[in-house]
Amino acid sequence: MTVKQLSVFVENRPGRLSAVTGMLGNAGINIRAISIADTKDFGIMRIIVSDAEKAAAVLKENNCLVTVSSVIAVEIDDKPCGMAKVMDTLYKDNISVEYMYAAFLNVSESTACLILRTDSSERAVEALTEAGYRLLSEEEMKKI
Amino acid sequence: MGRYWNEKIECMAREDMKRLQSERLVAQVKHVWDNVPYYRKLMEEKGVAPEDIKGLEDLHKLPFLTKADLRDAYPYGLLAKPLADCVRIQSTSGTTGRRVVAFYTQHDLDLWEDCCARAITAAGGTNEDVCQVCYGYGLFTGGPGLNGGSHKVGCLTLPMSSGNTERQIQFMRDLGSTILCCTPSYAAYIGETLHDMGYGPDDIKLKAGIFGAEPWTEEMRHEIERLLGIKAYDIYGLTETSGPGVSFECEEQTGMHINEDHFIAEIIDPDTGEVLPEGSKGELVFTSITKEAFPLLRYRTRDICVLTRKKCSCGRTLVKMSKPMGRSDDMLIIKGVNVFPSQIESVLLKMSNTTPNYQIVVDRVGSVDTFEIKVELSDEMFSDTIRSVEELEKKISSDIQGILGIRAKISLVEPKSIPRSEGKAVRVIDRRKLH
Repeated sequence: MTVKQLSVFVENRPGRLSAVTGMLGNAGINIRAISIADTKDFGIMRIIVSDAEKAAAVLKENNCLVTVSSVIAVEIDDKPCGMAKVMDTLYKDNISVEYMYAAFLNVSESTACLILRTDSSERAVEALTEAGYRLLSEEEMKKI
Repeated sequence: MGRYWNEKIECMAREDMKRLQSERLVAQVKHVWDNVPYYRKLMEEKGVAPEDIKGLEDLHKLPFLTKADLRDAYPYGLLAKPLADCVRIQSTSGTTGRRVVAFYTQHDLDLWEDCCARAITAAGGTNEDVCQVCYGYGLFTGGPGLNGGSHKVGCLTLPMSSGNTERQIQFMRDLGSTILCCTPSYAAYIGETLHDMGYGPDDIKLKAGIFGAEPWTEEMRHEIERLLGIKAYDIYGLTETSGPGVSFECEEQTGMHINEDHFIAEIIDPDTGEVLPEGSKGELVFTSITKEAFPLLRYRTRDICVLTRKKCSCGRTLVKMSKPMGRSDDMLIIKGVNVFPSQIESVLLKMSNTTPNYQIVVDRVGSVDTFEIKVELSDEMFSDTIRSVEELEKKISSDIQGILGIRAKISLVEPKSIPRSEGKAVRVIDRRKLH
């Protein structure tokens, strides 16, 4: 089970993040998770939103460069070793994490939600499910 | 041998020259009409037939040819002779887009070499001279053209081609070269190397140099003359019309005499195509009236210059053209290198299937040019990871350096972020104050 992520190319200049997030807000789209990878001249904003298709359409209409890819949203324990355990699970199966970030949503007070991109989504899903982790669905991301 | 290679032509009275040009033009138009369907179609579109061209005064009725036509017609579309009658091709480097291939019959080669012989003679060359040709040999017209001209004059010819500068200087010293033919930048480099090797002008026998194939300034002329202890002569030509020798400088060094018995020169307004009166600055247009295999009529050179018929102290009556003062297309000279936006386009085209929008930004900090290329990323070029975007940036950067020889800062920007003017992205921003 994977969820859709939008990657948006954002030039490193004042006002760009405000503009891009504004487009989403005005279209009634809620951001459920966000991360920004940056270099000197540009950044890539990765987001999980309440409606990926609509968000991609809105951004493209406004001349943003967007790609949609699949990532894994996994529920982990919000306590010491919560992160270490999930990393260990992947490491044991020889799966590399390309990048990851935390989501704004927590299913319960004792858990956190981690967004993961690995070199093999298929194997990561299998490994995590086998180890008893709960993966979040597209539907669960749709809440505003 | 005198100071002219062909005194009759070079000092011909204007009226006689006009008569000669008219006769040759009429015959050439007929030759092209009969043998080049591509140009015949252009004439038909303009409603001109060969019988409408009765002389020089009707030249303006003919349609122009541009570099774009040469590309469209590549490789045989403008050929006017059966291949069996052709003996040679020469070609441009192709860095400004698709290469231009020009064809020559033996007669064409003879006339071309004759033009180069006039240039060598005007620079003081005779059969007593040793002529060192360090233009590139091969497809480039520089080496073969001056080599042929040097043979005609009867100089002892050193077909050195370019490169290996210390060996060039060794030959120059050992064989007593008296005339040097190469690009002006290579002449300056030979001069500097000569001094680096601990020699000076007194250690060589050079007396003259014939330099062309790239723009150069009066300052560069003085510097080359000082370094090598010579008189430096300019020569002009382009592969499309034959090669070097379309025009050449005499001892007055105030412009280049055009070989009008082979090429009719016009100056036009680059925007309207209208022919401008003598002395006006505009785009130079050439009509080849003697070439058999590749006779271009009204070819737009894109070079901006001025023609003058002021009496020349050398005695030649051939019209003089100024050094090209610029280009009517968008060629830029950055860090001394000719840069055409089309070269940048060709690199970007390799990165995606459609040419991305881009903008060249040139500025000058102190005395150094800065060169930035902004490239709008497209869907095809963009992927989710920083690494892939940075790799793309590096790839563009190294390909640009490969094709231009100079480094540009590549800035990847968002789609539609480059300002448009009438729907087209503004390609060049030049903030330097050059004039």
